[in-house]
Amino acid sequence: MGIDRRTFLKGLGAGIAGIAPGGSLLPGRVEAAEAPGNKEFMGVIVDTTRCVGCRSCELACAEAHNLPIPDISDTSVFEKNRPTSETQWEVVNRYQTEKGEIFAKRQCMHCNQPGCVSACPVNAMEKRKEGPVTWDTNCMGCRYCMISCPFDVPKFEHNSATPKLQKCNLCWERLKQGEKPACVEACPAEALTFGTRRELIEEANTRIYKKPNEYISHIFGEHEVGGTGYLYLSSVPFEQIGFRSDLGTTAYPEYTKGFLYSVPVVLLLWPAFLSGVSAITKRKDNVRRKEGGKV
Amino acid sequence: MNGITTTEEMHSLKDFLIFIRSELKPKGKILTPFNLISAPIILLGGVLILYRFIMGMGAVVHNASEYPWGIWIGFIVMVGVAFAGGAYVTAFIVYVLRGEKYHSIVRMAVLNGFLAYVFYAGAILLDLGRWWNIVNPLIGNRFGVNSVLFLVAWHFLLYMIAQLVEISPAFAEWLGLKRARKFLASLTLGAVIIGITLSTLHQSGLGALFLMAKWKIHPLWYTEFIPLLFFISSIFAGLAVVIFIGTVSFRVFDKDRIDEEYRKSWDDILIDLGKACAITMFVYFLLQVLILVHGKNWALLNTPMGYWYLTELMGLLLLPAFLFGWGVKSGNPAPIRIAAVLTMIGVIINRIDYSIIAFKWYLPFSERYIPSWMEVVITLAIVFTMVWVFRWIVNRVPILRKPPQWAIEQEQEEEEEIEGRAMALAPQLGLTMADGGKTIDLHKK
Repeated sequence: MGIDRRTFLKGLGAGIAGIAPGGSLLPGRVEAAEAPGNKEFMGVIVDTTRCVGCRSCELACAEAHNLPIPDISDTSVFEKNRPTSETQWEVVNRYQTEKGEIFAKRQCMHCNQPGCVSACPVNAMEKRKEGPVTWDTNCMGCRYCMISCPFDVPKFEHNSATPKLQKCNLCWERLKQGEKPACVEACPAEALTFGTRRELIEEANTRIYKKPNEYISHIFGEHEVGGTGYLYLSSVPFEQIGFRSDLGTTAYPEYTKGFLYSVPVVLLLWPAFLSGVSAITKRKDNVRRKEGGKV
Repeated sequence: MNGITTTEEMHSLKDFLIFIRSELKPKGKILTPFNLISAPIILLGGVLILYRFIMGMGAVVHNASEYPWGIWIGFIVMVGVAFAGGAYVTAFIVYVLRGEKYHSIVRMAVLNGFLAYVFYAGAILLDLGRWWNIVNPLIGNRFGVNSVLFLVAWHFLLYMIAQLVEISPAFAEWLGLKRARKFLASLTLGAVIIGITLSTLHQSGLGALFLMAKWKIHPLWYTEFIPLLFFISSIFAGLAVVIFIGTVSFRVFDKDRIDEEYRKSWDDILIDLGKACAITMFVYFLLQVLILVHGKNWALLNTPMGYWYLTELMGLLLLPAFLFGWGVKSGNPAPIRIAAVLTMIGVIINRIDYSIIAFKWYLPFSERYIPSWMEVVITLAIVFTMVWVFRWIVNRVPILRKPPQWAIEQEQEEEEEIEGRAMALAPQLGLTMADGGKTIDLHKK
């Protein structure tokens, strides 16, 4: 049971060597740079300077996903700010700003590195190679994705015995067939533009360059929370149209990365340390016994 | 005869069945105030649980759409797991540090921890909207390996097994299974070491769950050190609970359920536990102050949430820490008991803060989550059921009394065997230490 310096150092070396592969035991972080399949993420520009608040997108969304059909002629819904809900994957809101009324639709932002995906213990939330963040039925309903979403998008069917998690899926089923999302197709004002994220950022920048007086020089979603699939253009600062200004540019999964990386280290070193302490206390016990003392 | 010592005389299956049947009978008084209060709540809770599974969560739970987690997670799971921390801390002291003095409380602490996990893991089932999928992270219907919750789920399961192994010799003693006891007891140290490792990770993991709720949690509570804070607070939370349960148990259980020596040693142990609490609480307090200074959140202290934060930090952390210190200094158990209760309240509030009170603190009262009466009843029913099961076991299994004579002999034989082996090996190997290669030859001593 002896440990001399040599074996101790050897053990330490082995321990350190063990940590290195330990880190790689945590695979699968979706880095923006390495999108699965080398395919570029698709996304949508929401140009709030063009939106007229007709809510055609809401109607198209509800029809495309078998959700309750909204009455889009009813303008009273604009009286208060509506979040998305389990029956409305997207909503159009009206904001009073320094430049008058502005409409902006809200839905899942389809983050490049989504907090919800890294939160999900069963990968029911998934970032698809086409760009959408989708939900699947192997979900346990723990709602950790709701805690972790920087935009509070996922909504849970509380009142069902077999609840689903409801959120915009960027019309993934249509995307796979080469079609555009329903909302984009329905927009009569060309406020919505569908394309690869790279094209969209170019397009958004072009619009800002061409009409610097109509836009503020900021594409919301280009850098926020590590970049999102939905990109917003606006004539007023984004706080005025209901966005948080304190989201930061760090991708949400990064916040738990440090903790997760410490896990294999603790798993390796803690038992070794505790066994060592136990061996020492055992030896002390034996010494005391030998000396005739009571333990 | 109380049916306690009959295990010695069991020879056949028939004897065993008779023994089990006699053990299933209630022991002790039935009409006690506690029973009269808890029984109806447990019954009502049971009905409501059934209702929840048939009708869905919304039928029972206050649905505040801004709050994904209510008291079932925020209180039962978060607080329950912190309170179960006494199991790994006590096991560390007794089995790893070999603090034999504390042997009398280790089974109580581990039993409490084990039951806490069983019941609170059960409560997770209530709170999972799609509970039938709970096996998915375990059977690999996709592994969410990037998820903190995936890690926590696995560690819960493994730690429950480790705790079961730790407590199993007591059950083997109760049932008179000598060979099984010998085998199970040989697994204890391994289970303890694995258990402490898993506890370290999932106690902090529960805190790490909130790391992605960045702007949703008040800046006085949100820090990147949440995992560390959760881990350290689980140490004193667990110990405070051991003090509480010990104090209550040594009073309420019949004399023949409790070993007289154990009872006598309790006051002394209590003071040592108080000392451990005081130390960890001061460490925790210093860490909180450092975080506050680093976060430059001084200005927020002078807001309503700031007062709440100070109440938690001063009234329910620093005050009990001083009370513990006072009790230790004066050798007086009374302030330690009070401090333990204050500490428990503090930890309850702290955990609830993260998922409910400091979570979206800016929302108007009407949009905030307040638990429905049904949620509260179900929560109480779960806690009471756990107390009932704890009591049932302590009334039968040697938890607070000494193991039967044969088990003690078995233990001694084992010790001597190991010792003999060590003594035989020692001169050959020359027991050496890593600290400078000093050789300790036991035979010279």
